[in-house]
Amino acid sequence: MYTELNSILNTSPDSFTQGEFVLLSDRKSDASFLIHHFLSLYLRARCKVWFLGLVQSFNHYSAISQRLGVSLVQAKEKGQLVFLEGLNESLSVLIPQETDTRSQAMGFLSDPAVGLKSLYEFVRSSVTSSGGGEEEADGAEEWGPPVLLVDDISVLLSLGVSVGAVLDFSHYCRATVCSQLQGNVVMLVRCDGEEEEDDGDDEGSERLLKGLTHQCSLTLHVQGLPTGFCRDIHGQVEVCWRRRQGDWQYTQKKLFQYKVHDKGASFFAPGTSSAVL
Amino acid sequence: MAAPMSSVAKPSAERSPFNTTSFQKKTRSKLISIPGTRPSVQNGQLLVSTGVTSLDYLLGGGLAVGTVLLIEEDRYDSYSRMILKYFLAEGVVCRHELFVAAAQDNPDDILQELPAPILDDVAIHKPVEQPRLSCEAQNSLDAMKIAWRYQNLPKVQSALASSSRFGHYYDVSKTMEPEIRQAAKCHRFYPTEHPTQSSPTHSTMPESYSALLKSLQEVIHREGFDVAAPMSKSRNILRIGLHSLGSALWGDDLCCHDNPRNGHALTTFLYGLRALLRSSLSVAVVTVPSHLIQDRALMGSVTRLCDNAIALESFKGSERETNPLYKDYHGLLHVRQVPHLNCLASKLPDHKDLAFKLKRKQFSIERMHLPPDLSETVSRVSRGELAGAVMVASGCGSGTSGNKHLDF
Repeated sequence: MYTELNSILNTSPDSFTQGEFVLLSDRKSDASFLIHHFLSLYLRARCKVWFLGLVQSFNHYSAISQRLGVSLVQAKEKGQLVFLEGLNESLSVLIPQETDTRSQAMGFLSDPAVGLKSLYEFVRSSVTSSGGGEEEADGAEEWGPPVLLVDDISVLLSLGVSVGAVLDFSHYCRATVCSQLQGNVVMLVRCDGEEEEDDGDDEGSERLLKGLTHQCSLTLHVQGLPTGFCRDIHGQVEVCWRRRQGDWQYTQKKLFQYKVHDKGASFFAPGTSSAVL
Repeated sequence: MAAPMSSVAKPSAERSPFNTTSFQKKTRSKLISIPGTRPSVQNGQLLVSTGVTSLDYLLGGGLAVGTVLLIEEDRYDSYSRMILKYFLAEGVVCRHELFVAAAQDNPDDILQELPAPILDDVAIHKPVEQPRLSCEAQNSLDAMKIAWRYQNLPKVQSALASSSRFGHYYDVSKTMEPEIRQAAKCHRFYPTEHPTQSSPTHSTMPESYSALLKSLQEVIHREGFDVAAPMSKSRNILRIGLHSLGSALWGDDLCCHDNPRNGHALTTFLYGLRALLRSSLSVAVVTVPSHLIQDRALMGSVTRLCDNAIALESFKGSERETNPLYKDYHGLLHVRQVPHLNCLASKLPDHKDLAFKLKRKQFSIERMHLPPDLSETVSRVSRGELAGAVMVASGCGSGTSGNKHLDF
């Protein structure tokens, strides 16, 4: 959890807007440091968190969260965190063996054309089941609103799933988690290549980014500096709110530069890096 | 020349853990000690050497176990193949197990071409060498003093190297002796030797990829490279070298068509490979002929599914070979991606303008710099052009899209 980002977004573990769909995106840069912020934020806010870790192993997230002061292992034991380790699950589908049972959630790998219904089923069933019957005899702790985090939804495109299917998946997740249960959804999209080379043939990740930007209520878009690589400033984040006040929807944009440290990240207005002041 | 002679000043930001403090951190006793590995300074990750000392430095000390290094091949696949051979040769010297897969030529051919190690003082299977700190300290005593104000300046050193020696050096002109080579346990995978069994469930991957994944998993399970495997016997590292993935000989049509039929085969395979490696004591080097792949977006997703990614661009056959600017080098090296594994901040290289050259005894990666211009006849105009060429050539980086304005 980065406190500076919290003050930018006007959130804290005690108070955050519910029913939000946050999109993290990057272009020729790496926005994955932001997913750790949201993971630790919602765990501290005592939300029940579902994490679809599609690109890294549990150890990776656990090691980083440790540095940010949150223990994923404990959260998992307490039942606060439900972690789907995509890499592990995928092996049983990619290398089928007679003995073991196939993973249902990653079943789309064997035939991507089917779409992500199996993955959504996994999310829906586990989210709704725990939402209803959490009254357990042994005094299980009460958790706040549900939160769904997806680390790198664009990797699904690399695995052969079509853009339409991914957008369907995100829409269904949004409908279930944000609208029905008043929870939050955070998704990370990574795309590379230049912006808007030619409108004719939009490549997959670009179309996915556009589609998700249309759905979401808050975007954090990470880019490298336009002037090139710098050791003291790792890039810039464009924060874009889409708010609705009455009948009138307005968007508000702010630009910040950031630097990632060992145990966090600092955000500052452009040009006010400690390296140049 | 005003080069300071004091070698106390370390060449760059990477500080050796040995000279910072005498306080010894209580090491986790369960950390496995395997010959040819060392823990990372940054995040305690277990590292192995790539066999190229300067590449190790570039990757933040070495390749972390459980990760994939992607090498985008140069045009004639001569230098990328060389790095792959270095990687395998280092495994032979450190007594690691090897897994070699190649479609173009038999994996045995690659193994026979491994460069000979230069074992000046070390026996073949000496454990991790001690950093040569003591002799450096001696040197600093009788170092010549030029001027006190230059004393703390870092030593001017264009070749990238860390302070302590990790890998070995190799003589490219000789091949490794068969006795040394055969001492290492080696698994081979050659697609034509594996009959394609029809499995209708795998519509996404060509047979060769799924057969390769399967054979990798078998080796990892059988030889006990699983992290979850019982700790009864001594652990070892599996080094996986995969040559020219994505080329037509693997049954992939990425390179042949603009709109490949199975465009997700390579990425799906790499996803499976990452899944295998993350749960085992193995490390992989993959070379991909990226210049044959038209689709840049595909190359981007291939890069993201690997952990480290470098691209080689050799001058062979291009007009740059005769350009006086590049006369010291054999090609350019671009760092496409540095790993974010178990840490938030990845160690970015200090310089993005890197070039490589192949000497007889060393493949070295250096900071690109203009050679001193000693001739009197050179005209100003051509120098300007050359400098412009450098700007274009080195235009890689995380966010370089142009230099239209300044940010601060």
